Amino acid sequence: MILLWIALLPLFGVLVPLLCSQRSRLFTTWATAAAPAIALGLTLSQAGTVLQHQTLRYTLSWLPSLQLDYALRLDGLALLFVCLVLGIGLLVILYASYYLSEQDSMPRFYACFMLFMAAMLGVVMANNLILLWISWEITSISSFLLISYWWQKSEARKGARMALTVTAAGGLALLAGLLLIGHMVGSYSLDVVLQHGDLIRNHPLYTLTLCLILLGAFTKSAQFPFHFWLPHAMSAPTPVSAYLHSATMVKAGIFLLVRLYPVLAGTDQWYSIVSLAGMCTLLLGAYFALFQHDLKGLLAYSTLSHLGLIVLLLSIGSPASTVAALFHIINHAIFKASLFMAAGIIDHETGSRDMRRLNGLWKYMPYTATLAMVAALSMAGVPLLNGFLSKEMFFAETLNQSILGSLSWLVPVLATLAGVFSVAYSLRFIHDVFFNGEPIGLSKTPHEPPRYMKLPVEILVGLCLLVGIFPEFMVQPILDAASAAVLQDQVPSYSLAIWHGFNFPLLMSLVAMAGGVLVYTQRRHLFRFQHQFEAVDAKREFERLIQLSVRRANVFSRWLENDSLQRYLLLMLLALLVLLGSSLRELHPLSGGRSLLPLDPVTLCAGLVLILSAIATVVVNRQRMLSLLFLSVTGLMVSLLFARFAAPDLALTQLVVEVVSIILLMLALFFLPYKTPRNAAAPRNLLRDSAIALVLGALVGSLCFALLSRPFDSISSFFMAKSKTDGGGNNVVNVILVDFRGFDTLGEITVLGIAALGIFRLLEHLRLFKPSADGEGRLWARQRDSVILNVIAQGILPLALLVSVYIFLRGHNNPGGGFIAGLITSVGIILQYIAHGVSWLKPRMRLNYALMIASGVTIACLTGLGSLWWDRPFLTSWFDHFHLPLIGDVELASAMAFDLGVYLTVVGATLMMLANLGKLTTAHRPQYEEMQ
Amino acid sequence: MLSTVLLIVLGMVMVALLLNLWRLFRGPSTPDRILALDTLYLNAIALIVLFGLWKDAALYFEAALLIALLGFVSTVALCKYLLRGDIIE
Repeated sequence: MILLWIALLPLFGVLVPLLCSQRSRLFTTWATAAAPAIALGLTLSQAGTVLQHQTLRYTLSWLPSLQLDYALRLDGLALLFVCLVLGIGLLVILYASYYLSEQDSMPRFYACFMLFMAAMLGVVMANNLILLWISWEITSISSFLLISYWWQKSEARKGARMALTVTAAGGLALLAGLLLIGHMVGSYSLDVVLQHGDLIRNHPLYTLTLCLILLGAFTKSAQFPFHFWLPHAMSAPTPVSAYLHSATMVKAGIFLLVRLYPVLAGTDQWYSIVSLAGMCTLLLGAYFALFQHDLKGLLAYSTLSHLGLIVLLLSIGSPASTVAALFHIINHAIFKASLFMAAGIIDHETGSRDMRRLNGLWKYMPYTATLAMVAALSMAGVPLLNGFLSKEMFFAETLNQSILGSLSWLVPVLATLAGVFSVAYSLRFIHDVFFNGEPIGLSKTPHEPPRYMKLPVEILVGLCLLVGIFPEFMVQPILDAASAAVLQDQVPSYSLAIWHGFNFPLLMSLVAMAGGVLVYTQRRHLFRFQHQFEAVDAKREFERLIQLSVRRANVFSRWLENDSLQRYLLLMLLALLVLLGSSLRELHPLSGGRSLLPLDPVTLCAGLVLILSAIATVVVNRQRMLSLLFLSVTGLMVSLLFARFAAPDLALTQLVVEVVSIILLMLALFFLPYKTPRNAAAPRNLLRDSAIALVLGALVGSLCFALLSRPFDSISSFFMAKSKTDGGGNNVVNVILVDFRGFDTLGEITVLGIAALGIFRLLEHLRLFKPSADGEGRLWARQRDSVILNVIAQGILPLALLVSVYIFLRGHNNPGGGFIAGLITSVGIILQYIAHGVSWLKPRMRLNYALMIASGVTIACLTGLGSLWWDRPFLTSWFDHFHLPLIGDVELASAMAFDLGVYLTVVGATLMMLANLGKLTTAHRPQYEEMQ
Repeated sequence: MLSTVLLIVLGMVMVALLLNLWRLFRGPSTPDRILALDTLYLNAIALIVLFGLWKDAALYFEAALLIALLGFVSTVALCKYLLRGDIIE
């Protein structure tokens, strides 16, 4: 349970800064820090158990059918990362409160920051691979939001987009890899997966899985060749760089490698891919860091190099190298976060990050300078500081490996070379910024930052020293626990002592120091050498690539989607033809052997009218009004056939829907051309189209015949049997609608309501051209009202209401129900609109359609919720019979209230659509008549 | 006796239906066509009531009731369109 709180507290913390938007900055800072502080306290309270090499677990069932559980684990490795995430996170929160200026929105920053923190905790604590992946994606998105925090700057937007594209693409690869692991093992639980290392390594899909997961990890941790996004992410505010791009997010990829180390590591593929990427990143980062003029750029490339170092250590694959990798994760997080914060202070107090202009700051800010120099020396690997210890271990490990086969001797040489550059760029950071003459052209006079802005740096630098001097005391327990979690209790004996005697690693360190000093003093030659190459701007290349792919995608989708409805229809029908035709071919014989009904002349005649009017609709399709007339004949005949073949509910519904759609089409027709323009390609396609239509019609006809002539046992017998006993109604259709499938109906009326509101919004400010004459050039009639129509229409309204009440009330037992009743009522009211017009009706009939829709959906919902009161599932219906004097036996069912909801929604939605479509012209009407 | 009459009348109504359809197709003017549609609705009511009598089933009358009520509305809408273009002013 405590694990759940550790994971969820920062997630709730997302809301805290948003709620504090009216409070002072200091209050916001402390309120935001509260959640992670409590979470850190809770973590430390569990640390005792975890340091005994135990694993704490917490599982909450989420989507069991997808094997997705909200499963958390806290072992040594997770503890290490949780402490890093929460501890450094807290320091960065404090730091950011001073770093952000008055204009920057503090709540927005902190909210994204906390979201990232929560996601990062999800990554490191997940005990389920899918949960891990979901959190992983959230870190990508929140990191995007944080990098683009200063969205006004083009660099920030481009950098953020690049980071998101690269990491999210990697995230997709990772998902594929994790799914493959789940496929091999049969479970997504980390507990199970970690037990099946041999199974995975010997599986034929292992190489593919490894590549996919490495893609995810390398993009996230900015390993070569995906390293280019990290330097561009430096356009983020410095607290973000300190937190995401040095201490936590870029470590997520490494965390993943460490987490899956027991199942993935130890094969040839692992050695070759991981070591190559690590080595390239190590050298590339160290070399290019020296040439950066931007302070944060230098730190970014140095981060690359250190990440490469950790990855290289992991690739070596011996237990001791894994311990060294974990140790360096801690050390790098500590010194790099403090360096970023120091760089932020310098930027904040001088207004520049350019090392060509920043010089001699020692005089202005000696205290900050001391802190930054200690941290930079730790980065260089100077003794008595934490960076020295892990670098020493790294050098030692490069001496006992064979990852490059017979060329393995190259590894220590290259490692020393990287060390040389690491010392050189650290020296540059110290010398160029704090000494080396006077500052050039700064916008403000540098001075020490506020007291508490230095506090986080002080704490981190203090840790650098403490870990460097008392390593056994400071990190031994957690390093032991983390290594035990990774190596599954085969922790090698290792020594964290500062002094190992004169040995080869020490020699390498000394060479690196001396070489670094030499390179730095002779840097002019190197700079000149580097200058002759044209710098490749990764951002521009990346943008070009993105633009290119967008253009290609556009061309492709224009080709596929050319806005021709005929073409879409053609493709869909052809697909249907293939699917239907191929399966109908296997059906032999077509007739299923049920005896056919005798043919009576009435049905034959109605069928003939149906067929003829359908053909006529097609023939006259260019004359819109005429084809509408034929269409309504077709609709009428279809509803008669429904009635004939014992589907009275369908017949009634079809009849009403027919009328409503005619009115709707007439409303629309007014604004449309009188005739459909002739399609230039039509004659050419006529033969093709009619052939397809005929073949498809024949197919559908045969399908219907095959289906109807077979004995067919469907689900309907269940409904027939249960309708009266369980739903209390004889009309199965209605009982299905309001009871058995009541939840569907609830969803449908909600959609209907939303559609009506959407139409209302769309039409609200629409002004259309109103033709002044009909298609044959005749002016419209001048007289608006017809007395006969007005009188008849008014007389019909009560009749229509009566019919709809009748249809509504008996709906549960006989054909009818809320839907049909609602449509009849709407038609009655629409008739008033047609006869009298909107302006006459408005003061006389005050119906608020939006309110009707809302109350309809609410009533239906409340009916459903009512059943919860009696401890029944949502939408359980209830019915009983009462005997009333004079009226007789009356059945009351809760389904009736639900049906009332349906009725109200249907009336409200239909009228809202039709009346608003009709109102489109009212605004212009008076003007038009004045002109006449 | 009744069934014979019913059959004869049904036959006549069916012929009327087909003729309505022919008038709807031929026109020549739009009012002719709207009139044809309205008559077709009327004949459909007749057809369905007669069919109900013939088969002795009351259920068909409901549909007839609705057609009587609603067929009128679509005729009104069509006429209004012819006269004024805008059916809801």
